[in-house]
Amino acid sequence: MSDKGASPNNPLPLKGVLVLEFCQYLSGPSAGLRLADLGARVIKIENPGKGDLCRILPIKNRWVGENSLLFHTINRNKESYTVNLKSPEELAEILELIRQADVVMHNFRPGVMEKLGLGYEKLKGLNPGLVYAEISGYGSRGPWVKKPGQDLLLQAMTGLMYASGDRHDPPVPFGLAIGDILCGAQIVQGILAALVSRNRSGKGAKIELSLFESLLDFQFELLTTYFAGGQRPLRSKVQNAHPLLGAPYGIYATRDGHMAIAMVPLKTLEEALGCKALGRFTQEMVFTHRDKIKKVLADHLASDNTAFWLAGMREKGLWAMDVKNWKALKQEAGYKHMKLEQKVRLPDGQPVLTNRCPIRIDGKRLVSDRPAPALGTDSEKIRKEFNLFKATT
Amino acid sequence: MSLLKDILVIDFSQFLSGPSASLRLADLGARVIKVEKPETGDICRQLYVSEVKVAGESTIFHTINRNKESFTADLKNEANKIQVRQLIAKADVVMHNFRPGVMDRLGFSYEAVKAIRPEIIYAEISGYGEDGPWKDLPGQDLLLQALTGLPYLNGESDKAPTPMGISVVDILAGTHLTQGILAALYRRDQNGEGGLVQVSMLESAMDFQFEVFTTFLNDGEELPQRSRTNHAHAYVAAPYGVYATADGYLALAMGNIQVLKELLVCPELGEFTDPGEWFDRRDEIKTILARHLEPKSTAYWLGILEPADIWCARVLDFDSMRAEEGYRVLEMEMMVKTTKGHELKTTRCPIRVNGQLLTSPQGAPFLGEHNDAIAQEFGLK
Repeated sequence: MSDKGASPNNPLPLKGVLVLEFCQYLSGPSAGLRLADLGARVIKIENPGKGDLCRILPIKNRWVGENSLLFHTINRNKESYTVNLKSPEELAEILELIRQADVVMHNFRPGVMEKLGLGYEKLKGLNPGLVYAEISGYGSRGPWVKKPGQDLLLQAMTGLMYASGDRHDPPVPFGLAIGDILCGAQIVQGILAALVSRNRSGKGAKIELSLFESLLDFQFELLTTYFAGGQRPLRSKVQNAHPLLGAPYGIYATRDGHMAIAMVPLKTLEEALGCKALGRFTQEMVFTHRDKIKKVLADHLASDNTAFWLAGMREKGLWAMDVKNWKALKQEAGYKHMKLEQKVRLPDGQPVLTNRCPIRIDGKRLVSDRPAPALGTDSEKIRKEFNLFKATT
Repeated sequence: MSLLKDILVIDFSQFLSGPSASLRLADLGARVIKVEKPETGDICRQLYVSEVKVAGESTIFHTINRNKESFTADLKNEANKIQVRQLIAKADVVMHNFRPGVMDRLGFSYEAVKAIRPEIIYAEISGYGEDGPWKDLPGQDLLLQALTGLPYLNGESDKAPTPMGISVVDILAGTHLTQGILAALYRRDQNGEGGLVQVSMLESAMDFQFEVFTTFLNDGEELPQRSRTNHAHAYVAAPYGVYATADGYLALAMGNIQVLKELLVCPELGEFTDPGEWFDRRDEIKTILARHLEPKSTAYWLGILEPADIWCARVLDFDSMRAEEGYRVLEMEMMVKTTKGHELKTTRCPIRVNGQLLTSPQGAPFLGEHNDAIAQEFGLK
């Protein structure tokens, strides 16, 4: 992978940016992780008892020492500073740290930071250049403010469960925390735009986002079509892959596996697959006869192997792909070429394999082998470095 | 509140991944000029997804490209290329999502653009990277989902691999590109140097799965197992899932099975006292819960679970969601209008700045709508 003329000595883009992460679980911490990989210094501010509750939230019962593997995945490349925010002395220390920071982000429920004396208005007085970022479940007003901002619940409430699966299936959730991940990614956009703005104006900003708004934005194509037509976009009865797209768009079973077919004109498809039965449909019918066309195609594709069909389609440059599981994917030269994995080294020397940052800057992959911090492991160092003792004396 | 005031973005991209990135930049205050091919323009203009159209063009195009300008240029015509170079000379960001090699052949590679404008941020989205064995494969959302294992995370275990019904890879790749562009703009303001930002749909699709893929990489490469019943997440214990009730559906997130046993008066759950079993025996637990929840209404169960702070919600569709006060207070809907007066209701940018919504009434541009104005303003010959 060439660097195509990028300056070799240009630092990581966010070098020198100090981020204080008052966040738990996934939405905020995934944002902190992205900022860290882009070069920022990210300090998790945690309470001294348990810290980020993700430390004790495993998926599939996987642990690395005292913390879940999940916590290690989301919080690598960060530091941890513990503070009891209800103690006035310790709060004074954290205020001094905030005075020297560029970004404060949190994902507490609305009102919690204000109650702790860490609301934006107060912090702005202390540090006018501060970028203050806040993630909530449902925004800061209205009847749902106190509801838990948990991913599956937000998927349920935003209509998203009627996008996947077939027409007569029950609501089908995304099998990943799409709300958390998207909201975290968008708060990074807001934070960075505010930092760009601060470069010119010297002034910080408050950035707010909710999982609800992120998941509505995620469905902007569906919602706009719904507003315009007055009808809820419906999943196809068979092989649904996107409620707005006509046949053949979907995943089909073959004799030995599954394959995906994206937008392909019917006539072209008929020829590439030798599927004469498609001949009774015209291109104008891809919406009106979506289910029938898909059914004809499904019957046809079940009669031979994926490799056979793919060969016919690839030859003509048509949009098709076999459906792979991760094991099959990992064997592919195209996967290996992208070097998508990186090693994180735990303090005891044990390696953990994980994904790297998806963004490349100046032709370089952004990798870091620094592990997630033990709870409070950087507290003393940070106290000295930022001279926080003076705050309490 | 215009955070990206005075930032000029020259956008060569088409369809969804790139244009969704420039839409976000536009809503944050940047000026975005789409450079489009004469006659046809962004192919998305003709990508119809319903009977509803805006002035003969796809509503999807108008959704993704509002708040932008359109300038047509034939990038194989030398006179047009000179004009585009003049635009680039004033730009902060150049972005594209052509297949690898296309911009090089057209004379707009990073080196070429950097020679015109040394401090440029040059951003590109590919399907599978700029080189390597897959570089020429089509970078289309469903194909990337199929390739990266995403369909094996959705639907029950007896179902075929089930794709996610939104173009999630396009949208995430666009989101990641915006992050990279903004980070590079921040650095440019600090040290005066531009930069190259690259994202591929393959990298974005894998990043999306980073929690579960990391588990796979470290547990001896066991493939994900979807639940047999009431599936919602292959790696999360019962009760996590969606359950039918007498009049709809109820979503239940993480919860203590013994607490649920008491609250729901479901003695059959009594044997599942070991939290480790809530993952290993999740299908048994979910089967019991599904049978227990089915006879009564969603409101009945919410009335018991919500006061006890159990993570639960009613499953809504767009019709029922829009009727909710909690939806209305977000003011997520806004009207945009083309210069010819066509109106379209769409959703606003989800980000709030200093308590204010980022809205813009400016609809999508017609093909080449701003040719004359841009030529005049930038003194193009």
